Amino acid sequence: MSNQMNGAPGAIRVTMTENKHNKTKTSDTIFHVVNAIIMIMICVVTLYPVLNTLALSFNDGVDAVRGGVHLIPRMFTWTNYSTVLNQKNITHGALISVIRTIVGTLLALAANALLAFVVAQKKFVFRSQLSLFWVITMYVNGGMIPILLLFQKLKLTNSFWVYVIPAMVGGFNMLVLRTYMEGLPDSLQEAAEIDGAGFMTIFLKVISPLCKPVYATIALFVAVGQWNSWFDTMLYNRMATEYTTLQYELMKLLSSVTSLKGNTGTTAPGQGVNITPLSVRSAATILTMAPIVMLYPFLQRYFVTGLTIGGVKE
Amino acid sequence: MANRNNGSPRDAVITKKILYRQRVLIALAIVFVIYGIIFYYIPLGGWIMAFENYKPKTGLFGSKFVGLDKFKFLFSDKTFIQVIRNTFCMGLLNLIFPTTIFPIIFAILLNEMKSLGGKKAVQTISYLPHFLSWIIVTGILHDSLSNSGIVNEVLQKLGIIKDPISFFSEPKMFWWIVCFAHLWKEMGWNAIIYLSAISSIDPCLYEAASIDGAGRWGKIKHVTLPSLRPTIIVLLLMNMGFILNAGFEVQYLLGNGLVQSVSQTIDIYVLTWGVSQNDYSLGTAAGIFKSVVSVLIIVICNAVAKRSGEERLF
Repeated sequence: MSNQMNGAPGAIRVTMTENKHNKTKTSDTIFHVVNAIIMIMICVVTLYPVLNTLALSFNDGVDAVRGGVHLIPRMFTWTNYSTVLNQKNITHGALISVIRTIVGTLLALAANALLAFVVAQKKFVFRSQLSLFWVITMYVNGGMIPILLLFQKLKLTNSFWVYVIPAMVGGFNMLVLRTYMEGLPDSLQEAAEIDGAGFMTIFLKVISPLCKPVYATIALFVAVGQWNSWFDTMLYNRMATEYTTLQYELMKLLSSVTSLKGNTGTTAPGQGVNITPLSVRSAATILTMAPIVMLYPFLQRYFVTGLTIGGVKE
Repeated sequence: MANRNNGSPRDAVITKKILYRQRVLIALAIVFVIYGIIFYYIPLGGWIMAFENYKPKTGLFGSKFVGLDKFKFLFSDKTFIQVIRNTFCMGLLNLIFPTTIFPIIFAILLNEMKSLGGKKAVQTISYLPHFLSWIIVTGILHDSLSNSGIVNEVLQKLGIIKDPISFFSEPKMFWWIVCFAHLWKEMGWNAIIYLSAISSIDPCLYEAASIDGAGRWGKIKHVTLPSLRPTIIVLLLMNMGFILNAGFEVQYLLGNGLVQSVSQTIDIYVLTWGVSQNDYSLGTAAGIFKSVVSVLIIVICNAVAKRSGEERLF
């Protein structure tokens, strides 16, 4: 178990047979060359559109229309970014996105961990019932309309809390956490119980410190989900402009070319001439993906762990 | 179910003493059950709406009961039949290519790579799109497939086509574009689980195979693929239930008037009828249809797997 936890994404064992064959046959060489070409092509197809958007975001909008901007901006400019950052709805949307990501992640982590802790208690009398209660929620749900009506009744629509409260506890995250907690040695908790520790103390002082890796994984999943979510904004908070998120604003920008025209004239009178919808969209896209791309290298090791735990158990 | 028998004999009798000792756990469990009832089980009660002519004024219990009328309307609606076909076909394409075949091939090829650094780099790059939102991915895809986009540019330079193809106005291409979008975003991510399954294959099997004179292809065919079989089947079964779920964000974001007949999915249908047209009952009925069929698919697939002696979900 612990071996799997520590496994870095690249730690795939090189098969021993490969090491033994020192004489590389020509067919072998051909295979490796072809394989390398396929891998490079996959990387190019994955990266090119992103890098192209990056180049366009730094390129003069009118100039880009001529075509031919691929990986390097031809006429470098910051105008696209300053235009985007001067739009109130986008900066405010970014703020809401940051807050919902932080609040949503903390709440979801605390709630799921606590629930997982209760379900993982082997002596708990209602353990199997509670577990079944939550597993059922993974497979059946009321659907879009009943949920929307419920949220309206609960006054969750047109409010910030619709982002974080309904998504707080989820069957899948709970199962991943529970599986990890059940893998911890029982003796730790028993020792704490003998010392007279209550359940909350055990949860906070004994179990939680040991669960750091899996907490990080769950936090990562929830945070990415919160940051990328846009549909809830559209469904519940479309009318409440003070709670719209960055992704939603980006969607509006991408879907409506015309709405932008009004903004260009007002935001940058001196320089706004050379902006096109495409260039501004590119800048907004880059800004929206920036937090994820920047944090990505640091968080990479956690998500593989999480996926293997979840996958093994399912 | 079987949980009853798992507990020690002591658990059979719930004494006051045990309940008192576990009062903290019980209190926590009650809080989580209340939360679960509100956000997961009450919306299920909303299913009643599908059997009545729901009006927000009269409420759930005051609205007129109409039996199966809403379902009859659904199945006499040509659009709905079209919508079922679209959802099912896109879900199936999505299951076959971006979720199963390509990730398996990718994982095997990646595993055959000699350079550990190269392997890591390819992995890191291939996971990245998974963390980008659909807003960003569809935006990038729109730009790449536009008339002046990179795909048309390359195809024209290679002399394959003369005039740019307008991908998004061609109904025949829409499903494949959606399929490709999933492939671009999720192939690397979906390969993780297969990679970890490959890395847990006993190296002795490969050694034995090479002593028996198996080449690279022979080893893949007789060792890797058979070892992956249980993983593949479990994942296929799990994802079968999601076939009808596989279409909302992408189709909503990529669809347009020209391809409406092939792009609309059940969820979009629910959204148009339930939210935009305020026919809550019809939207709920369509949602119920989706849930029931999904559960049926899972149960049937599981039974088939059971009968043929394969791995199964439950």
